[in-house]
Amino acid sequence: MDFAIQFIINVLSLGGAYALMALGLVLVYGILKLVNFAYGELIMVAGYTMHLVGGSPLPWLVMAAVGVVMAMVAGLATDYVAFRPVRAKSVTAVLITSFAFSTLLQNAALLFISPRPRSVPLPEIFSQSVMIAGVSTPMRDIITIVAAVVLLGLFAWLMQKTVLGIAMRAAATNFTMARMLGVPANLIISSAFAISGFLAGVVGILWIGRIGTVAPGIGLEPLLIAFIACVIGGMRSLQGAVLGGFILAFIDTTLNYTLSQDLLKFRDAFTFSLVILILLWRPDGLMKGPASGQRT
Amino acid sequence: MQRNILTLLILGALIVAAALLAQFMGIRLYERIATTMFVSMILVLGLQVFMGNSGILSFAHIGFMGVGAYTSAVLSIPDRMKGMALPDLYPILENVQLSPYLTILIGGLVAALVAAVLSYPLMRLSDAAAVITSFALLVVLHTILTHWSAVTNGPRTLFGIPEATSLWLACGAAVAALLGALFFKESRTGQLLRASRDDEVAAAAIGVKIVKLRWLAFILAALFAGIGGALWGHFVTSFSPRAFYLKETFLILSMLVIGGANTVTGAVIGTLIVTFAYEALRTLEATINEAGIMADQVIGLTEIVLALAMIAVLSLRPGGLFPAREIGTLLTLKRRTGEKP
Repeated sequence: MDFAIQFIINVLSLGGAYALMALGLVLVYGILKLVNFAYGELIMVAGYTMHLVGGSPLPWLVMAAVGVVMAMVAGLATDYVAFRPVRAKSVTAVLITSFAFSTLLQNAALLFISPRPRSVPLPEIFSQSVMIAGVSTPMRDIITIVAAVVLLGLFAWLMQKTVLGIAMRAAATNFTMARMLGVPANLIISSAFAISGFLAGVVGILWIGRIGTVAPGIGLEPLLIAFIACVIGGMRSLQGAVLGGFILAFIDTTLNYTLSQDLLKFRDAFTFSLVILILLWRPDGLMKGPASGQRT
Repeated sequence: MQRNILTLLILGALIVAAALLAQFMGIRLYERIATTMFVSMILVLGLQVFMGNSGILSFAHIGFMGVGAYTSAVLSIPDRMKGMALPDLYPILENVQLSPYLTILIGGLVAALVAAVLSYPLMRLSDAAAVITSFALLVVLHTILTHWSAVTNGPRTLFGIPEATSLWLACGAAVAALLGALFFKESRTGQLLRASRDDEVAAAAIGVKIVKLRWLAFILAALFAGIGGALWGHFVTSFSPRAFYLKETFLILSMLVIGGANTVTGAVIGTLIVTFAYEALRTLEATINEAGIMADQVIGLTEIVLALAMIAVLSLRPGGLFPAREIGTLLTLKRRTGEKP
């Protein structure tokens, strides 16, 4: 019983974080067909901002908010640097620029801050534990689950009920038609990047809350996770991204509990082989999403 | 045909001239830089074979470089070193010690074989799905290289690899790769593949077997990568799996993108330009570090400049410096008046 509860909490907290990451990636992909390689660096930006404001007397929540805002700014910068200049050109050009922008941000952190990990201020609550049904659970897992529930709810409301959300869904379904009907393209794209940055920022804080430090390469693992989750769930479906996040968390947690130490080293190889298999079986992922028109 | 021969002559002459220059400067460092450049050129030409003709971006290329490097290393490390270098090696391989020149070829073949086995089903995918799976493939290959201790010594450095790659061997291999890339581009397979790149639906309609052609190009690309990796291994004589990951992928990709992915000329010129810029920037970094102007060590400057250059090239001239025509074609067109380039 204890084991079951522990397993469920692990899956839910990991899955929540994974789902938010995947959502940020899919939101941009859905509208622009841009696989954003610089997405992981948004998390890094949030982390370094927290590190830099760490010495100030600001309350922690304000510091976290500054971190999230900087991630949003970096998200918008991705749009201006990596996407706008090349968006009318090939998909490959867009991909390569986002890869180049990711390298740029990482090396800027190496050059201007430090190659070594830097500490990030965290409130007490991140290191505390509570007892839930006889299982000692870290508070940060609970915080992650709560944050995921709140943000997913907020996101669903935004996409379903607000004008912006409806316009974004319209743009994701058929960009050209949406533009003809008067949806302002640049505003929609900027909003998508800002929301994507917001999600990355929040996830970044939760993610870094597990380790307590930030380093230039920190974005790679979340990026890979977001990739896999999207691919499993479906690159064009927001629900698919969430589903993919939880499925991946389930697979990871199960492998963690079942694989022997020798094989656990190869966990990434197993999960990625699985991605390749799923793509071969269903090239569009598990959930199909709207049929998409041409980009711009 | 004449244009292709002209392209081959010009690019081949450039490669040989670079080697001669490095040798007659008489500075050991320049020879090393030139040798590394030829290895990069083989890799870039390999990537061009797949990416230029099929139009699909592949991230897995450096993974096959790793496969080639490790295969050649394991087969050629001398008997007496093997116990130390690879303590967990399978007994069957313990007494194998082949000539490095042979194992370089075997390294290429094994990389091609691995690519052939893994990639056939992947070639059905296009666009984003294709890129993400190739990225996934790179991670899989990297994870395996990092953790398969028996063959790779795990994440630790593998040492004791016999030195075999000289400046002229690397130069010769680069010329061979140039020949291979040009030949493939003009072959029936290459032409049909480029037709599918320009219009997938139309190409399929005239009966082009796209998946099979892409697969052939991918195998050839992996062969180049494997040989390049093996040559590199026998040049540096010790390396770890970290040498075959994202940083190298970025470097190779920047060479191809800046030069122009669709042409062999672009691959060769891109390699020359980026190598030159890279070395200049590295020297600059080292000078700043020695002078102690900055409090910390300066690292990452090279990558920042390369990334900016890549973004600039892609937004101003998305096809790279040589977007569509080989240098031989460009020159013949210029000589005839009245014909538009």
